[in-house]
Amino acid sequence: MSEYFLSLKGICKRFPGVSALTDVSLDIKNGEIHALCGENGAGKSTFIKILTGVYQSNDGEMLCEGKVVRFNNTQESFSLGITAIYQELSILPNLTVAENIFLGRELRIPGFGLLDYRKMNHLAKTALLELGIDIDVTKTASEYTMGYQQMIEIARALIANVKLIIMDEPTSSLSGREVDVLLKNIHKLKEKGIAVIYISHRLEEVLAIADRITVIRDGCKIGTMERSEADEEKIIRLMVGRTLEEKFPRHQAQKGDIALRVRNLNQRGRLNDISFDLHKGEVIGFAGLVGAGRTELARAVFGADKIDSGIIEIFGKQVKINSPKDAIHHGMAFLTEDRKGQGLILMHDIIVNSTLTGLKKFCKFGYFIDQKMVVAEVDEMMRELQIHPAIPKMTTRLLSGGNQQKVVIAKWLCSKAKIFIFDEPTRGIDVGAKVEVYNLINRLVNEGAAVIVISSELPEVMGISDRILVMNSGKITGEFSCLEVTPEEILKAATGGINHEYKHA
Amino acid sequence: MNTSTPEVQGHGGTQKTQFRQLIKKMGSLIGLIGLSLVLTFASPYFLTMDNIMNVARQSAINSLIAIGMLLAILTAGIDLSVGSILALSTVMMGIVVVKMGMSPIIGVGVCLGIGILLGWLNGMMLTKMSLPHPFISTLGTMNVARGLALIVTAASPISNFPTSIQFLGAAFIGPIPVSFILVLVVYAAFHVFLNYTTVGRYIYAVGGNPEATRLSGISIDKVLIIVYAISGLMAALGGLVLVGRVNSAYPLAGLGYEFDAIAACIIGGASFMGGEGTVWGTLIGSMIMAVLRNGLNLLSVSAEMQTVAIGIVIILAVYIDVLRHKAAARVKA
Ligand SMILES: Nc1ncnc2c1ncn2[C@@H]1O[C@H](COP(=O)(O)OP(=O)(O)OP(=O)(O)O)[C@@H](O)[C@H]1O
Ligand SMILES: [Mg+2]
Repeated sequence: MSEYFLSLKGICKRFPGVSALTDVSLDIKNGEIHALCGENGAGKSTFIKILTGVYQSNDGEMLCEGKVVRFNNTQESFSLGITAIYQELSILPNLTVAENIFLGRELRIPGFGLLDYRKMNHLAKTALLELGIDIDVTKTASEYTMGYQQMIEIARALIANVKLIIMDEPTSSLSGREVDVLLKNIHKLKEKGIAVIYISHRLEEVLAIADRITVIRDGCKIGTMERSEADEEKIIRLMVGRTLEEKFPRHQAQKGDIALRVRNLNQRGRLNDISFDLHKGEVIGFAGLVGAGRTELARAVFGADKIDSGIIEIFGKQVKINSPKDAIHHGMAFLTEDRKGQGLILMHDIIVNSTLTGLKKFCKFGYFIDQKMVVAEVDEMMRELQIHPAIPKMTTRLLSGGNQQKVVIAKWLCSKAKIFIFDEPTRGIDVGAKVEVYNLINRLVNEGAAVIVISSELPEVMGISDRILVMNSGKITGEFSCLEVTPEEILKAATGGINHEYKHA
Repeated sequence: MNTSTPEVQGHGGTQKTQFRQLIKKMGSLIGLIGLSLVLTFASPYFLTMDNIMNVARQSAINSLIAIGMLLAILTAGIDLSVGSILALSTVMMGIVVVKMGMSPIIGVGVCLGIGILLGWLNGMMLTKMSLPHPFISTLGTMNVARGLALIVTAASPISNFPTSIQFLGAAFIGPIPVSFILVLVVYAAFHVFLNYTTVGRYIYAVGGNPEATRLSGISIDKVLIIVYAISGLMAALGGLVLVGRVNSAYPLAGLGYEFDAIAACIIGGASFMGGEGTVWGTLIGSMIMAVLRNGLNLLSVSAEMQTVAIGIVIILAVYIDVLRHKAAARVKA
């Protein structure tokens, strides 16, 4: 057996008008953890889709355990032991955990042909225990959090005896503790001789687990290095072709009047007596574990969900917000965390998506849209946010994850709001573009806007907010000034003072 | 901008991709031309002025109803009540004008008004009563309106309309039927409405992703109510043309018209999943159906066989569309 499980030589992939990959060669050793880094749209996801047979390369050769292979679909790659876990999990929420794990490979009682639930449940349980997860495999998958569902997918791969697991941004919707568990389990996979390709924009994770790191820029491989040769600065330099000056730039605005005042907000079972003030020229960061109620709070304030009681004042005036429409009318903007489900209309193009909320302002005679104005504004926004490729009529489904996020941001910039709520604004965005987003938030604040940032990345919350509010189980459990807080204090408030075990909500 | 063809992939790229895009946009038009060519060879009468105008006239009613249906389909909905709305609105016009002797203007107002009202009710039931799918609200209205049409007429037709009411359905300007001119004007208006007004864009947005649309501050309920009201209005307008053509309003008019309208939209490239479909595609879809019926008539194919043929065409048209989408999803440039 050769040292390499998989060898790719000169892989090219062209989409009409875009060359996503040019002459990429890469070897994956048996049982290594190989990280892929690159900016948004660099071609990482396209690369792994070729590995798994979702796309076929235009050029190049792929060797699996020494033999030339070509995958026409994911079944073919799977049969050779290659599987991918995507950011959008492919768990069926209405099936049980065990059923999910054995989906497509159900065990039957010999001679009868009926499903052997006892055996499947037992093996599923064993596989999960191996990952250090002790859950009831007969419950439906929907009862478990994203972190658990991901473990269920890994267990599914284990049961199938795969040799290579590809993870495309697996941690972008996990809480800190869930990330730790995942990283630990990736090590376990390695010990079993399973190779892992790991894609993430969080370089600290990459540096923590990778054996080797490959950097891709504009569809070309820049280089592969051993972990020992790599550090964060070097990876960033290779990724973006320059060094980053400042990771967390700060705004210059002075704190002004109260823009948003929330008092005693309640929503049964989800929000408990929430009160806070947000000033003009201020950024408040909301920290907390996934499921702490931050998104619920944002949705409630924005009128996306009904509240049971509570008062909301905007610029000193009490307002009734019954729908997002009311909220926008009062100058609010809400960037949702789930860009595919709630942010974008994937089948429509960049123009449509980025002008959806602000469409009224392009109208002549009250109703008719001035296309020239729309196109000019969209062009401007695409330049400002560095959306790539800068093709206004590109269907947003075809954009890379990070660029989709930028389109959602564009949508809210276009709406001329005064109070912005950003829910995980940099999810899936590369390091360079993150700084662009921070600059953008700062610009809004400098121009007098008030901003709330919800983020599960502690360094980010601490780096860009003036004040940090911590939530836990639907309550605000801590308030800190960014100047004097430590990560430990925030974590303590987020877990209610107790060191919670990794448990599901 | 024309987002009604959202799948833009080769962006001024190579000539090959531009050509491919053109084919994609023109898919159903090429179908229509191909069909016409075949019929031209098969029947010498097909390409005469008389026959073409005949087709134009015959397609008018379905075209008018289909454009209303398109709005519902764009929002990932459906309107099953159009045939019944057509019947009820026209027999009410008959009662007002013929039986009660009121002015034709009032009659037309009653006809269109009932169309809008029933459509509006469809929308209200869907949104305010939160019925789970427009299939249900419009299925209900379909039965109620048909039943009422039979009751108010005691199941017998109403004839002898004044010529002013027959104008839309029966008159010609030169060789061109007024009904076809009406179709062109209406379609041009819908093109502008869907592409260049906020409500039009919101209709596409609602069908594409209702949750994202709602969170963008758009009242989905309002959009849906407008959509079904317009669909009702177009059904009544189709009825007005029908009354003109046959000089009679009858309670069983428009039976099954909803399916022709749906077929026109689908053949024209609209997606049942919502968010995709164009005004001109729908017109071509409606023309394909009319040309097909006309051609089969010219070739003296029996009515029964014609029904079979239409069924096959619907399935083929959608299948070709599916293939095109598949090809787009796994481009091997
Ligand atoms: N089906 C497609 N048709 C046309 N272009 C595509 C298609 N899929 C991807 N692309 C383009 O290929 C390029 C690479 O995209 P890819 O998704 O691989 O990037 P990525 O490195 O995963 O970025 P991110 O970090 O943002 O997820 C992008 O410019 C993208 O717009
Ligand atoms: Mg990606």
